[in-house]
Amino acid sequence: MEKIINYGRVQTFLGKSQLTRGTVRVKRGFAKMCKHGVIMDVTSVEQAQIAEDAGATAIMVLDKLPADVRRAGGVARTASATIIEDILDNVTIPVMAKCRIGHTYEAKVLEVLGVDMIDESEVLTPADEERHIWKWDFTTPFVNGARDLGEALRRTEEGAAMIRTKGEPGTGNVAEAVRHIKKLNNQTRWLTSIIDEDQELIKTARKLKVSYDIAKETAKLGRLPVVNFAAGGIATPSDAAFLMSLGCDGVFVGSGIYKSSDPEIRANAMVLAVSYWEDPEIVAEAQKMVLETKAMPGLDIHDLELKMQERGSKI
Amino acid sequence: MVTIGVLGLQGDLEEHVDITENALEKLSLKGEVLVVKKPEEIEGLDGLIITGGESTVFGKVSSRLNVFSTIKQLSSKKVPLFGTCAGLIVFARNVYDRVVGEINQPTLGLLNVTVSRNYFGRQRESFETDLLVPILGDKPFKGVFIRAPAIEEIGENVEILARLEDIVVAVRQENILATAFHPELTDDTRFHEYFLKIILQET
Repeated sequence: MEKIINYGRVQTFLGKSQLTRGTVRVKRGFAKMCKHGVIMDVTSVEQAQIAEDAGATAIMVLDKLPADVRRAGGVARTASATIIEDILDNVTIPVMAKCRIGHTYEAKVLEVLGVDMIDESEVLTPADEERHIWKWDFTTPFVNGARDLGEALRRTEEGAAMIRTKGEPGTGNVAEAVRHIKKLNNQTRWLTSIIDEDQELIKTARKLKVSYDIAKETAKLGRLPVVNFAAGGIATPSDAAFLMSLGCDGVFVGSGIYKSSDPEIRANAMVLAVSYWEDPEIVAEAQKMVLETKAMPGLDIHDLELKMQERGSKI
Repeated sequence: MVTIGVLGLQGDLEEHVDITENALEKLSLKGEVLVVKKPEEIEGLDGLIITGGESTVFGKVSSRLNVFSTIKQLSSKKVPLFGTCAGLIVFARNVYDRVVGEINQPTLGLLNVTVSRNYFGRQRESFETDLLVPILGDKPFKGVFIRAPAIEEIGENVEILARLEDIVVAVRQENILATAFHPELTDDTRFHEYFLKIILQET
């Protein structure tokens, strides 16, 4: 006896107890459980199990790793439903999957398959170049990429329960992720500094293309209202620790693990570096576990033909 | 003056720090709440909280510095421990998973229960509901269950604190308090106050 209320909330009963699914607290709460952890991109059951054994907080299923999407060109879509189901049946940690920006039906399919979180991702080819999915309609929580505070808050206002920096996926180059988190931090500090000046606050909100209310809330919190991860180009334990030190709540590692030639050890080292990021000695120990010769080959941002981070609606 | 540690390896530690500070204030207690990650930070605590998160990650990361054996020593001195969701799984003597069945994950094995991971299903099936918790009074407690486990078998000395219908979701065994849900995702400090009272030996 399930009843859909609104905003993706579903009311149901367990015996006489009334349960409510898909509330804001339950969706954002899921993201909170991922904090201080590493979420790893995988393309197969085998990779998923390696990630679980290495201490991944969750895994992200996609058809090709971002580095291979870049190489293959063409249209990149969500992963095969059968592979996602196979992975869901074989790991105990949360399973996320990517859908195309604006592709409401790829997202609905992922919800039916039962993934724990949906990533509306610029790594795939956008299906709607002018708008993102209206994420409030889903019971399953969403994560979205952002390059600055405005983008992060616009996605939050559309219902995202988690934000990640866009970085530049599949490059093994952390520079863009660093640029994005630093910009977001600086913009947040600015908002907090004008918290009592409504005139300035509404002007800034308009510049960011967000509502006054969410600008005010962010100013008060001094951070995003939802969990904020780093993503895009993270390839080494010290990349991961560096981003944690900039105030990220956790990290996504995409191509960095399975495009290296030491995935098991590297996954393990990343997890250690994220848990103990404040302690350079332990990060050094993690860094000693991996060899630079085995890291994924990197790409200079300035040489790229395709900038994935520029995908998605500008409003 | 009490010093409470929140295990900081992974998960929602900030939420536990905040609500524990609020609980201290509610009880007008002097104390500090610290995020702890290393054995030397854990020895000497008056109480330790194990957060929500992924229990498999705790097992993996803690092995590096032998954090689990330090927690076991703490418990052998009857220092109060409080675990929510993943924390409950880490305490449990036996753990299995609803989907994949038998799993071989390291736990502390301190709590005399069998826990079923992901008992209520995946994130889509996660929920909130009103729970009756007699030790906290008549006012219902908002239970936030996120890919939550359930307690399926209960051994010696384990006291049941709350059930959702007939499913056991909160227990105490002497110095160990554990819930399948997340009090730290609410503003209700009563569970954390109860934990502080265990530390003060008032209950």
